[in-house]
Amino acid sequence: MAADIDFSFLDDPEFGLPSYFKPKQDPMEEFNTLLTQEVPPIREFSGKDSEEAKKLFKFAKGTTTLAFVFQGGILIAVDARATMGSFIGSQKVKKVIEINDYLLGTMAGGAADCYYWENNLARVCKLYELKNGERPNVGGAAQILSQMLGQYRGYGLSVGTMIAGWDHKGPGLYFVDNDGMCLKGNRFSVGSGSIFAYGVLDSHYRWDMTLDEAVELGRRAIYHAGHRDAMSGGVVRIYHVHAGGWTNIIQAEDLMNIHRQRDAEKGIEFLDDEVTFNS
Amino acid sequence: MVKESKQSQFNPYQNNGGTVAAVALGGRVAVGGDTRISVGYNIISRNYCKITQLTSKAVIASSGMVTDAQNLHKLLLARITLYKHQHGTEPSLKALSKLLSITLYSRRFFPFYTFNLLAGLNEEGQGAVYGYDAIGSFDELKYGVQGTGQELCMSVLDNQCKGANRTDDYTFTQDPVELIRDVFTSCAERDIYTGDAVTVWDITAEGIQQTSIPLRRD
Repeated sequence: MAADIDFSFLDDPEFGLPSYFKPKQDPMEEFNTLLTQEVPPIREFSGKDSEEAKKLFKFAKGTTTLAFVFQGGILIAVDARATMGSFIGSQKVKKVIEINDYLLGTMAGGAADCYYWENNLARVCKLYELKNGERPNVGGAAQILSQMLGQYRGYGLSVGTMIAGWDHKGPGLYFVDNDGMCLKGNRFSVGSGSIFAYGVLDSHYRWDMTLDEAVELGRRAIYHAGHRDAMSGGVVRIYHVHAGGWTNIIQAEDLMNIHRQRDAEKGIEFLDDEVTFNS
Repeated sequence: MVKESKQSQFNPYQNNGGTVAAVALGGRVAVGGDTRISVGYNIISRNYCKITQLTSKAVIASSGMVTDAQNLHKLLLARITLYKHQHGTEPSLKALSKLLSITLYSRRFFPFYTFNLLAGLNEEGQGAVYGYDAIGSFDELKYGVQGTGQELCMSVLDNQCKGANRTDDYTFTQDPVELIRDVFTSCAERDIYTGDAVTVWDITAEGIQQTSIPLRRD
């Protein structure tokens, strides 16, 4: 009889599908695996302290980067020199990593480490946004990065980064380093030239600066660091983080231009080049 | 009792020397690499090509350790073959630049001891060079050098390509292949790890032209 036919097989989600095709139980499963994925694999070799191996990690160690929060948002200023030992590898490195439209990260330490992990942070932030329908706030993003780096603590990563962005609470500036430290603050400078940059920054910083004053302060701090620190130099790059995201204010200004400008202001042709001859 | 000698640590790395350079000008890029391989002060090959063609308009040039370079080139070729089968097209230069970066970083804790230049024509048909460190940090350049002759060649290229340290009004119009040849002949005069011959790959929209020019063999 027709009424006796059991139609329950139609409720089976796998009915009519080829045997190798299994529908996903949890559509978020793929995202979750991506989120917890661990890259790259940790493999150690015993000769890692050898002379040859040391050369591998020499790239882009010297740096000056700074960022500060002020009335108009956050200002980020960086130099652009990459050194391999005493050799200048490049004078035009991009040390501000544009993580996405609302987050910026700076690069100090190993260039490859910063680049790779901040890109990884961009991926995780995008997945978070797709999953939760809203972006992680700046502190959350910084915390994610610090935990990713913390997983590799003691394996020789070299990262000193400032994460800057704007969320519902306003401007957020965080410092994250390779052993998992994550600090919130209003004024940071990272790298071999940071001692010089801090000197300028601390003595001229005010909360109520205009944007132009802030740009000039960042430019001046990087100039002085480039002038006194042999491992910093090249060009200055300046970014401004505001409610609408970020803007690149100075793409690349040669430090020699600032040097000549400063000399002209003081009415000296070559301030540092006054040579005394021994005769 | 015999004093126990200190066990020497296992060291998987050696620098086989050599120099690679690339210069881009408009819709053209010239890539050069010398052909000498050394182990310490011994020259063990005079005709090894450090450059591998990856796609119809991109090549990779590596200096550093030969075994790692060979492995890296093979790995990249395999990945590019997979890409071609999946997408039906060759990967663009930009895609290759990221592929090389993540391939190098995937070995962050046991790196490929290679210093690479990736050169070719981008999607707009313009010549471009990408320079890398051993663990995948990279930058797009107009010209680049890697290897033992880096310090000797870089300042010459800065002067010839960028017009650095010149007082005259200068623009770079020289034939890039000629420039590569001159840079390598000069480098072979002063770097003991560079010599024997230089292979120059001239990449244009028409295709890739390979030439070999002899250098000092002492």
